[in-house]
Amino acid sequence: MLAEYGDEAKPLAGGQSLVPMLAMRLARFDHLIDLNNLGELTGVEHTGDGLRIGAMTRQATIGADPLVASHAPLLAMATTHIGHFQIRNRGTVGGSLAHADPAAEYPAVAAALGAKLEVASVRGTRLMEAADFFEGAFATSLDGDELVVAARFPTWDDPSGFAFEEVARREGDFALVGAAVGVGMDTAGIIRRASIAMLGVGGAPVRCTEAETALLGCMAVGGDLDEADIGRLALAGSEPTDDIHASSSYRRRVGAVIVARAVAAAARRAVESSREGCDV
Amino acid sequence: MSDRDRGHPEVSVSVNGAPRRAVLEARRTLADFLREECLTTSVHLGCEHGVCGACTVLLDGIAVRSCLLFAVQAQGAEVTTVEGLAGPDGSLNPVQQAFRDCHGLQCGFCTPGFIVSVTAFLAENPEPTLDEIRSALSGNLCRCTGYQGIIAAVQQAAAQTLKREVLEP
Repeated sequence: MLAEYGDEAKPLAGGQSLVPMLAMRLARFDHLIDLNNLGELTGVEHTGDGLRIGAMTRQATIGADPLVASHAPLLAMATTHIGHFQIRNRGTVGGSLAHADPAAEYPAVAAALGAKLEVASVRGTRLMEAADFFEGAFATSLDGDELVVAARFPTWDDPSGFAFEEVARREGDFALVGAAVGVGMDTAGIIRRASIAMLGVGGAPVRCTEAETALLGCMAVGGDLDEADIGRLALAGSEPTDDIHASSSYRRRVGAVIVARAVAAAARRAVESSREGCDV
Repeated sequence: MSDRDRGHPEVSVSVNGAPRRAVLEARRTLADFLREECLTTSVHLGCEHGVCGACTVLLDGIAVRSCLLFAVQAQGAEVTTVEGLAGPDGSLNPVQQAFRDCHGLQCGFCTPGFIVSVTAFLAENPEPTLDEIRSALSGNLCRCTGYQGIIAAVQQAAAQTLKREVLEP
């Protein structure tokens, strides 16, 4: 149907962003294609190296799923920040990724974890890296006839820890700025893998590669890791959005604090996960 | 079927236990359908874009914004509004009674949305902490009360529901 109607059609997932846009006449389409009865697009399954989550899996389901909690904890942490529970009852992971709101949580998680999106059209199915998928604010590299059918979130090897932090004016409001952080250590407690993705800083999720590199080789806890420095480094040179909700410099300064907090929490959890590993 | 309705989809839903069938434009929201066709006017429309929560209803027991759903999407579902929460004799359910006891409302516009949301929330989490209550209420806006009476009402409803379960297992 997408191939037939092209830009005149829009797939309707949870409708928690699309329907408000229609209500406010920010967008209009001749055809909405409701995906809500497509059972094959829902569900969380464990694949060899991570989780495959059907595009129409509700955020509330993801937030409560034990597989997500154990294999992609960052996704579960981010879920609690999405809107309100009534919104999460309808909102979906595929909808959130395809909508690509610059203030949305799941795109940042996808960028931080290196998720892949399964994208289908009448021409076939392809896997897209999150880094290639998000092009800017509300813009993705999906072709007009393509539909996100699932997202694959890789599981990180233990010991690893994650944290999601964001700042919003009120609970459930759009985030002004936020950070999704993953830290992987070796058994000596030295950080060997780091991922920092920010929302609200650019149109698309922003990976803070310099700050990630600076984390490598640091002791996760009790050593030379200066989280505040990492936070400042993460935001150095960035030009976050400037709008009525927050100025660019506010987002940059608060963003640095958010990154520092998230890095500290992720590092602490990585150490805790290694201790749990020893207990077993 | 009138000319106007030709080509429009038909929807069958159960609203507060009563079966409803209607032929309507696919773009008609569930909120408008409930208010205008079913006359369940407890469904209030504040913002009509999913922010205020006044239109919250239960869709198969799950709290959703009825302004963000199209009526045709409720095909085959059981919809519950505040009209369906009170007893058949009009007696208030514990959440409604608590809002009355604790002054959880002033003008009352937002109240149906709160009652529905809180009913769903307590069904899932019967012993919430204060923080959990505040978080659960974040999806409903009240411009009168300052929320303190509403929070007290949720605490009373939770305590009463729990007490009833203990006394009448």
